Amino acid sequence: MLKKVEAIIREDKVNDVKDALAEIGIMGLNIFEVRGHGRQGGIQLVGRAGTYQVNMLPKIQVNIVLSDRNLEAAIDAILKAAFTGEPGDGLIFVSPIDEVIRIRTRERGQDAMMYPGDIDERKKVSKG
Amino acid sequence: MVNQINAGDTAWILVCCSLVLLMTPALAMFYGGMVRRKNVLSTLTLSYIFMALIGVQWVAFGYSLAFGTSIHGWIGGLNFIGFHGVDAVPNPDYSKTIPQGLFAAFQMMFAVITPALITGAFVERVRFKSFLLFSLLWATLVYDPLCHWVWGQGGWLKNLGVLDFAGGTVVHIAAGFSALAFALVIGPRKGFGTSPMEPNNIPLTVLGAGLLWVGWFGFNAGSALAANGVAVNALLTTNTSAATAGLVWMVLSWLDGRPSTLGIATGMVVGLAAVTPASGFITPMASMVVGAVAAPLSYYAMRFRDRRKLDESLDVWACHGIASTWGMIAAGLFATVSVNSDGANGLFFGNPGQIGIQILAAIVTMGFAFSMTYVLAKALNASIGLRVSPMEEEVGLDISSHGERSYS
Repeated sequence: MLKKVEAIIREDKVNDVKDALAEIGIMGLNIFEVRGHGRQGGIQLVGRAGTYQVNMLPKIQVNIVLSDRNLEAAIDAILKAAFTGEPGDGLIFVSPIDEVIRIRTRERGQDAMMYPGDIDERKKVSKG
Repeated sequence: MVNQINAGDTAWILVCCSLVLLMTPALAMFYGGMVRRKNVLSTLTLSYIFMALIGVQWVAFGYSLAFGTSIHGWIGGLNFIGFHGVDAVPNPDYSKTIPQGLFAAFQMMFAVITPALITGAFVERVRFKSFLLFSLLWATLVYDPLCHWVWGQGGWLKNLGVLDFAGGTVVHIAAGFSALAFALVIGPRKGFGTSPMEPNNIPLTVLGAGLLWVGWFGFNAGSALAANGVAVNALLTTNTSAATAGLVWMVLSWLDGRPSTLGIATGMVVGLAAVTPASGFITPMASMVVGAVAAPLSYYAMRFRDRRKLDESLDVWACHGIASTWGMIAAGLFATVSVNSDGANGLFFGNPGQIGIQILAAIVTMGFAFSMTYVLAKALNASIGLRVSPMEEEVGLDISSHGERSYS
């Protein structure tokens, strides 16, 4: 089974999260610059004369697709690296993925997700 | 006495002419940074176009209407049409030691920036064609007569003895109250008051404010029309007022939250606008009072404007109209002939009558600029329309009016 992890994190945590994932052997990821807000609903900024409310704040969305056997390790790494304890730390969404095809080799599914030196090789899982 | 061209005076006003020219691009940046990213080019163009538009209008007939032979104190005659006779020979009515051509060029830069100031009122929604027509009409029917009243030989306010060194009435009160009238007619931007309208590039605005300060040395010190002690005094009062207003604005902003960068830059510009009419008549210490009082006046005028839900978008009225009204009054309080023997004494130097003249000139300017702009804007709105369509406004004027994007 393949899963997609979408983690909405603080802009300044993006390198910490990338490093924490690389540390456990999760190599492939995409990041997006996104804007939005959670329950907290934004922050106050200071204008020319007085303050105003801004509700769409810049965030980073990290997208990873991985085997479900590696899911908890990835979530754990993100939780540790993206945490400050203040409102605005973000959310992690997990959803199923139907298929993955690596364009270069035409490998499909779990095989397409495996790289030399990655988390699966460390766990001594071999390609099916 | 033969009018003799003075090389020092001429060199200095040539430099000042360039400094004041620089203020229009600076203003474009100051405004351009404060709008949303879809309207940056539009906002820059609204200011820049005046270098072209007035650059032609002034030579063709604007200078003549402002500084030609007075017709009963109301308007200049047509004797300088096409800069006829405006050449290397000084015109003793205005400046005995520099060529009249240079005086006319220096005055042109004021005529360029004044209507550009008004554009802050209607950015992000004005229709370009209507704006061009309005601008040409405003320059001809508002700026040129007003300039004649205050600075033209035989102008009726000049004859009353009004003190307006570098354009408190002609430039800043006129622009500020015209902005207010135009904003009332054109109405608020789509989504004003409900969705935040964040500045796209505050660094650009800060750079613009800095260059305005540089240019303002030419604006105020150059208005001495000579390289002399009055020019030096004007430069000192200009700097002192801007510095004081910047500091006071910083404190006001801090009390309301944090010392905002945009706020500090705004405060500096307010200090510059405030001291403009008084700069050549008061001492540096008096200009400290001018700046210190101007900052809270404009700051709370801005808050008042915002509470009234009036979308005078970039606060031309609060920054220029209010600050310079105070500057006109301040000239009536602090002016002293020990600074400028061609000036007059104010209230604190034993001449209480001066303050009445100052207030009269300010009120006349407000009334004239506001009502003329209101009528012009209403007429254009009823005929060709002042605003772009809601869809064009949504897309942004960069694409819908100019077919360009600032950033790809």
